[in-house]
Amino acid sequence: MDSGLILWTVMMFVLAAFVGHHVIHGVPTLLHTPLMSATNAISAISVVGAIVVAGAEYETVRTVLGVTAVAAAMCNVVGGFLITERMLRMFKGNTGPKDGGR
Amino acid sequence: MLQNQIIELSYYVAAILFILGLKLLSSPRTARQGMHLAELGMAMAIAGTLLDHHIVTYTWIIVGAAIGTVAGIIIAVWTPMTAMPQRTALSHAFGAAAASLVGISHYYSEGAHLPSGEMVALGIEVMLGSLTFTGSMVAFAKLQGWLPGTPMTYKGQNIFNMALLAGIVTATVWVIVNPAASTLFYAMVALALVFGVLFVIPIGAADMPVVIALLNSYAGLAGAATGFALENKILIIAGTLDGASGLILAIIMCKAMNRSITNVLFGAFGKAPEAGGPDTGVKGSVRSITSDQAAELLASSESVVVVPGYGMAVSQAQHAVKDLADVLGERGIDVRYAVHPVAGRMPGHMNVLLAEAGVPYDKLYDMDQINDDFPRVDVAIVIGANDVVNPAARNNKSSPIYGMPILNADKAKSVLVLKRSMAPGFAGIENELFYMPNCMMVFGDARKTVSEFSSVLKQKARAA
Repeated sequence: MDSGLILWTVMMFVLAAFVGHHVIHGVPTLLHTPLMSATNAISAISVVGAIVVAGAEYETVRTVLGVTAVAAAMCNVVGGFLITERMLRMFKGNTGPKDGGR
Repeated sequence: MLQNQIIELSYYVAAILFILGLKLLSSPRTARQGMHLAELGMAMAIAGTLLDHHIVTYTWIIVGAAIGTVAGIIIAVWTPMTAMPQRTALSHAFGAAAASLVGISHYYSEGAHLPSGEMVALGIEVMLGSLTFTGSMVAFAKLQGWLPGTPMTYKGQNIFNMALLAGIVTATVWVIVNPAASTLFYAMVALALVFGVLFVIPIGAADMPVVIALLNSYAGLAGAATGFALENKILIIAGTLDGASGLILAIIMCKAMNRSITNVLFGAFGKAPEAGGPDTGVKGSVRSITSDQAAELLASSESVVVVPGYGMAVSQAQHAVKDLADVLGERGIDVRYAVHPVAGRMPGHMNVLLAEAGVPYDKLYDMDQINDDFPRVDVAIVIGANDVVNPAARNNKSSPIYGMPILNADKAKSVLVLKRSMAPGFAGIENELFYMPNCMMVFGDARKTVSEFSSVLKQKARAA
């Protein structure tokens, strides 16, 4: 990794932290449990790293590690999004357009 | 190469969709739409990755993905809402394990030749991933009741843990400088796994909201470190979003308890109080009333506020509470819910349970929104909550919870406390509220007691 690329990735990290801070603060207490399962599902994007390891036919040990990682991350992707939706379906307002309502 | 450009593009779009998805979580009305965007992003990123030229066979990918998908569906469909904290702890364990395994696999074949920049990321990824994996498993076992919820402590625990952590960090730094020291690398992994266990066992079950949030943050950061090691931008962005979210939630929880993160992690809060502890200054007697009397009181009120706590989750009383609210509503009585930020075992736990029971979310109030209203409330019903309504936090300087922001339930005209027995709350502190003249206790299982209130009120309505 050359130094220019390192700089780019570090800048991306800082920007993502900034955006994350801003966006997360906008989530009401009401939705903190769905927020946690949603961010967990999103961070299970590490499945893409695992997919490459599992499919690249490196040594057997690596394939085993990769397949395990794909299974663990995929469980979070599928389970995380499903359970977040299941929770969000339960949140119902009854006085119409009033926003937030927390 | 066109292939790589397509992959990069899918990652950028996915990142934007993730951020938009979280942005739409700012209101319950748009939240589901947001999740659909995030799901689309995830699907795009995975589809893009499948074009990667390193991939020569899809067999193993399909096997892993199928196992994970089935497990994910089973967990998502069968987990009861009361078990959401355990499910969340388990998912942090899985996420951290995935990051750690990808890192170990990367090191296994290329370790000795990795440039130091990538080695830094890989070391952090594997270290954080491993300790988050076992730490989350212990948190899961505590929340599930497989391990005792009380802090497990021994002499010199904090010093031992710090020494162990120092050893792990030293080993990681050494491996970063000398990537060929593979024995040390695997020793570091083993020590990090042990540290995860030792780090979480001294933390009590009621402090789990903070721990879960913090482990959430670590799991995210391990993912971000994976992104640095693989030069994969979407991993950096998504991992960092997760890391930021976990950290912010941990800070919110700590503020709501007026404690520092250090105190939560190393204070072994909620340990059985030592003999001869500070005098709580509690005097007077406790007044206990029957369900019938309590129902009479409710029938004559105009405004009721329910204060739920972890006890409501334990006795699965949320549906009975909603029934009672409906019965009271028919009588024209206004029922609202006051939710303390640390009520329950994870951030937002009570809100989810009440939403499950069908309580409309505009009846759920944060502490700041409702605290000033309590003096105008006729009856506050405290269900399975204790420390979050203890006035000692306001006026007893010797109390361990002094300074913690609490719900002003004691300022309501009458307070009904539903409790199994007089046992003190998690912090092991006497609750001054129970001895106040406007407070009445109704002993018994919360779900049963609340159902009794409803049936008495229904009988009255029929008799009228």
